[in-house]
Amino acid sequence: MTTTLTPVLTANWDRPDSFTLDAYGEYKAARKALGMDPDAVIQAVKDSGLRGRGGAGFPTGMKWGFIPQGDGKPHYLVVNADESEPGTCKDIPLMMANPHALVEGVIITSYAIRASHAFIYVRGEVLHVIRRLHAAVREAYEKGYLGNDIFGSGFNLELVVHSGAGAYICGEETALLDSLEGFRGQPRLKPPFPAVAGLYASPTVVNNVESIASVPSIIANGADWFAGMGTEKSKGFGIFSLSGHVTRPGQYEAPLGITLRELLDMAGGVRAGHQIKFWTPGGSSTPIFTDEHLDVPLDFEAVGAKGSMLGTRALQIFDETTCVVRTVLRWTEFYAHESCGKCTPCREGTYWLKQVLKRLEAGQGTEDDLATITDIADNILGRSFCALGDGATSPIHSSVKYFREEYLKHFEIGGCPFDPKKSTLWGEQ
Amino acid sequence: MTYSPDIRERLERDAKEIIGRYPKTRSALLPLLHLVQSEDGYVSDDGQEFCAEMLGISKAEVTGVATFYTMYKRKPAGEYHVGVCINALCAVMGGDQIWEELSEHAGVGHEETTADGKISLERLECNAACDFAPVMMVNWEFFDNQTPESAKQLVDDLRAGKDVAPTRGPKKLCTFKEASRVLAGLPDELAGEGPSAAGPSLEGLKVAKAKGWKAPEA
Repeated sequence: MTTTLTPVLTANWDRPDSFTLDAYGEYKAARKALGMDPDAVIQAVKDSGLRGRGGAGFPTGMKWGFIPQGDGKPHYLVVNADESEPGTCKDIPLMMANPHALVEGVIITSYAIRASHAFIYVRGEVLHVIRRLHAAVREAYEKGYLGNDIFGSGFNLELVVHSGAGAYICGEETALLDSLEGFRGQPRLKPPFPAVAGLYASPTVVNNVESIASVPSIIANGADWFAGMGTEKSKGFGIFSLSGHVTRPGQYEAPLGITLRELLDMAGGVRAGHQIKFWTPGGSSTPIFTDEHLDVPLDFEAVGAKGSMLGTRALQIFDETTCVVRTVLRWTEFYAHESCGKCTPCREGTYWLKQVLKRLEAGQGTEDDLATITDIADNILGRSFCALGDGATSPIHSSVKYFREEYLKHFEIGGCPFDPKKSTLWGEQ
Repeated sequence: MTYSPDIRERLERDAKEIIGRYPKTRSALLPLLHLVQSEDGYVSDDGQEFCAEMLGISKAEVTGVATFYTMYKRKPAGEYHVGVCINALCAVMGGDQIWEELSEHAGVGHEETTADGKISLERLECNAACDFAPVMMVNWEFFDNQTPESAKQLVDDLRAGKDVAPTRGPKKLCTFKEASRVLAGLPDELAGEGPSAAGPSLEGLKVAKAKGWKAPEA
């Protein structure tokens, strides 16, 4: 049976006023939640099977359940809106078109974990998205959906939109917390986890935008409704982002477990006259796949079983005109640029990977360089302070595994065998 | 040089409003650095001193933070700060060619500003608009699906003082300083302008509607 799309978070995006409260509606799910016991809200999200939509896939309700209750400390909710993983482009259009789904989710989540102060940490480089968040929060305050005694429940909540300043590492939850506290965004040693000692050393939930924005629909329609979509262990829907050499790139909201073949079929296929060469299932930090993986169900388990990760469902599609060595070099330059410098394997490893890959791409390398880059990657993977270093090794290991011959070809002919013009958007003209 | 009394008073008023939103004052440092850029167009020496005084921390601590984040500029950005995404996917889709041609056309390189102060350029990492590749940003507004020609035209128009509209954003581009003020947490009134979503953002919804696909009923 063909999987069909299931627009929930994206369902109102074609309304010209979708970002306003008038178009969104009256926060019925938040009203319902605030009439429930907070633990029942947590249980509903646990029962739904919702797993973190920021890449790691940790069960959202379980994360909320880790917050110690009755501890006398303030609790915080921090929304991770620092979307910066290469290929990932779902939260930004979501917040631009439907910011109230996020704000309503923030109210429900804060109530469940007994937080009276919440933050949306949004990357700074998206001005209009930030405007839409500011406006949505202001509207919610004006209606009494934020502030004191929300819906007459006695629950109080302050929500602050906080703009970052350009640092991919701040998408890592503890680096984000350091940044929100006004420091350089560098990851913290875990444990203690944020649930115990997060923002200002108080119990804190850090969740991705899409995770939080999915919560109102779960409360409104029930955990069973959500769990009825998706696969056995990867429940519900998610936004799949197709980019690159695709006829109609864009955002496709579907149950987890849909395949790339099905998505490509909906998107008009790979651009006319070309074939898929390699792709990322969930951003540049997830090992690349090839045309042999088109029928892998895009859920956490199946993608993992094939040696990659579902990540953020950031499907970057590259056709046969693309040089894999050049692409991996550019991702590696990104990781080197964004490495925070705190730990040696990542700081030095990404720097040296970049140097060797540059030589390889220019056709001046040797076969020994392939051993060198995999050795460097082996020394970063599992030895870095946070997942940034691990992520940097994914394109290295997977590209050498699937495209070793293409690396060799570069120094056989003393240069890149591809014409970069052919892979451009205008390359066919 | 220090801020004149009236500028200082205005900045202090804004800073106090921002600081008041946070349970602990130091959390206001990133917004305050954006505020400084809204005044000076970069993180000036005076601005760093100002942040330190407002938050009761040392200037060295402020500098340590300011130098960590790429959006804080060490020297004056142009009135229009133009970024070209050169991360892998945009680079492959044409971002590399756009950068080369635009940089030559404008006569400045990465993190450099034209002599007239109008344009500064930056090689950007992924800006979360990959379905619109190749992507450019001006003062952190989206300019989607660019070509070398459109990029050069854009910069020419900006230098000529013509009104320019982002692809997904307000009707008229604001300046780098005005943008920085919004980033500091002091909104302008432009949120209602521009589309909810456009182009690729709507492709999935279009397919679903054409085929009559919906999420299941509750």
